[in-house]
Amino acid sequence: MTDLQTFREETRNWLEANCPPEMRKPGDVCWGGRNPQFSHPDQEIWLERMGDKGWTCPTWPSEYGGGGLSKEENKILQEEMSAIGARSPLGSFGIWMLGPALLEFATEEQKKEHLPGIVKGKYWWCQGYSEPGSGSDLASLSTKAIEDGDNYVINGQKIWTSYADRADKIFCLVRTGPQEPKHDGISFLLIDMDQPGVTTRPITLISGKSPFCETFFDDATAPKKDLVGGLNKGWTVAKRLLEHERTMISNMGLAGGGDGSGSKKMSGLAKVSKQYVGEDADKKIANPSLRSKVAKHEMNSRAFGLTLQRIGEETKVGAPSPAAAMSKYYGTEHNKLRYELLLEAMGSKALGWEGEGFTPEELAITRDWLRTKANSIEGGTSEVQLNVISKRVLGLPD
Amino acid sequence: MALILNEEQQSLKDIARDFLEKNAPITHFREIRDTANETGYSQELWKEMSELGWAGILVSEDYGGFDFGMMGMGGILEETGKTLTPSPLFSTAVLGASLLEMAGDDTQKSNYLPRLVSGELTTAFALEEGSHHNPTNITTSAKKDRDNFVINGKKTFVIDGHSADLIIVAARTKGDEDDPNGISLFCVDSNNKNLKVIKQSMVDSRNCAEIELKNVTVSKNDLLGDLHNAYSVIENVLDVARVAIAAEMLGNSSKAFEITLDYLKERKQFGVLIGSFQALKHRAAEMYSEIELTKSAVVSAMNAIDEKSNDTARLSSLCKFKACETSHLVSNESVQMHGGVGVTDEYDVGLFLKRSRVAEQVFGNADYHVDRYATLSEY
Repeated sequence: MTDLQTFREETRNWLEANCPPEMRKPGDVCWGGRNPQFSHPDQEIWLERMGDKGWTCPTWPSEYGGGGLSKEENKILQEEMSAIGARSPLGSFGIWMLGPALLEFATEEQKKEHLPGIVKGKYWWCQGYSEPGSGSDLASLSTKAIEDGDNYVINGQKIWTSYADRADKIFCLVRTGPQEPKHDGISFLLIDMDQPGVTTRPITLISGKSPFCETFFDDATAPKKDLVGGLNKGWTVAKRLLEHERTMISNMGLAGGGDGSGSKKMSGLAKVSKQYVGEDADKKIANPSLRSKVAKHEMNSRAFGLTLQRIGEETKVGAPSPAAAMSKYYGTEHNKLRYELLLEAMGSKALGWEGEGFTPEELAITRDWLRTKANSIEGGTSEVQLNVISKRVLGLPD
Repeated sequence: MALILNEEQQSLKDIARDFLEKNAPITHFREIRDTANETGYSQELWKEMSELGWAGILVSEDYGGFDFGMMGMGGILEETGKTLTPSPLFSTAVLGASLLEMAGDDTQKSNYLPRLVSGELTTAFALEEGSHHNPTNITTSAKKDRDNFVINGKKTFVIDGHSADLIIVAARTKGDEDDPNGISLFCVDSNNKNLKVIKQSMVDSRNCAEIELKNVTVSKNDLLGDLHNAYSVIENVLDVARVAIAAEMLGNSSKAFEITLDYLKERKQFGVLIGSFQALKHRAAEMYSEIELTKSAVVSAMNAIDEKSNDTARLSSLCKFKACETSHLVSNESVQMHGGVGVTDEYDVGLFLKRSRVAEQVFGNADYHVDRYATLSEY
């Protein structure tokens, strides 16, 4: 038996023994934190067991609490988890965004301090990037951090901070070099949210409730040791972290469609279309124009899924690829189109806001459709992605 | 699923690129075109390509081939798309080789394949009868007459039909027009006196022919595959051919895009490089994305053919669809972004545009494959 086969067997046995029954059903994912909320006692057990094993962050090095798995081993773990329908033990911006940036840019001390907490879900992290005056032009940000002994004192405002009202800590871009050119005066700072100088206010989106907040800093403080990547060197960290964010968002383009494998013959979109507009004698979607649009969309979903897979084969573990901007651009635009097609297929049934006369699924489509409009804005607009592609990938002049 | 070429396949592709850049660059294509070359390609070049083993890539070792698979052949075709190299590679090494391999009996294979591999024998597939791809629309008839078949009908858009030695004809032996049952394949020698072959001068300056068959008599030994039941073989061969032409189209799009990017980086207007204009940058970035998607669709379909995946038909339609869409977009944008010189014969982008449109029509355009994909997906 090869090492990988042994690994698969051991993993299967471990999961069988350790994944609690409730966690083998679909349901919400826990986000951890100082005051974690568990919708079921099994959720806590599952998080603890997976966290101890480092399998909340399977490919991170074990000296920082990670699973230390190779890319191949991780693939086996994911396959075995999905085989028993195991829920993800932990959702976290620490895992998807901050962790990879710390692994690349933080000092040994900082890694030892912060990474194990992410693995075990001890702190709920949020991201402080955008400001009211700094959207696409992120590098113009003006939230200030001024030295004061062993600390920085922070003043300013962040916006679009997801879950800021529930987070314990924030990774934040702050201006530390007001005299420097704009990209060279930014630092990457970790700030505790649990202090009087930090307040938050939720934002309501066109889709209704949202996790987004505004975050205000009034003489908030953070220890100097929590500055990552060097003084005024935060832009490098920020850019890399944005690539991780883009990869995360671009995967949403595949939410309901092709995953590249084409294992399910009829997709969700085709099924919904048949359900609402009916089918003809040949079992085709009754509206030929809609049928053609659905098929094109499914084909592009599949080609996109295959592209993410191919890029995965071409790039090494963990390293974000230059194609991340393309994935973000295409994935989000594609996802928006998917919802427009769902609206077209469902007609007035996809336009309910709340209450009776609609199924819960129909009401969810309305809200999700509106939410997708933000996909191509958050994490860098589509237009910014196209700029990134033309400059960094195609080498076109400024 | 392997979505990148292995070392051997990559090395074959690299050799092809070097060979074509040296021996058959775009100037070679222009020369063939401008001298109104009778065969439409250089026979000398085809001999060299065969010596490199390209004619035998899809032929099994039993018949002198190399059994190297579509991942190998696709890489070469992609390179020929970049240099616009005219050759019988598609009509003979893809279509002829696949038809004979999949439908032929041992006598037919032993008779034709070794000569095909060595470059002596070229082939053409006479399938289409109308302006749009429709493999069931066969009215050309073949009637049994004792030990012979007598074929009557008219074929069009037969790639390399006027220069091939062997014409493989799809004809109806029973049933009505559009019935997939009742179609058979026949090997017809191009010297048959009852064949009327008219060279079609196409916009891409490649070779096509209209072929009229008037009481063409062939022996029953020239029946290729089962009587009446050739359609499933035809579909399988078409799926291989669609992936092959898509690979060529990917090369076409990649090269046209590369030429255009270079132009954006050197052409100045209003005192600046035109590549600095956001109106052009964003369109370039969109083309890049579409080319990346096409690349993935093509390589996954090549892989599906080699692995005999049961999803080959859908992946083949997917890759031809993406190749058509992308090549359409990129060829139009390339001409537009070149401005005035883009519509001159002197610049190469126009040649890519012309080839792109013809290749789009080969064995189903984007619409055809969208419909087919939906039908195969049961909606």
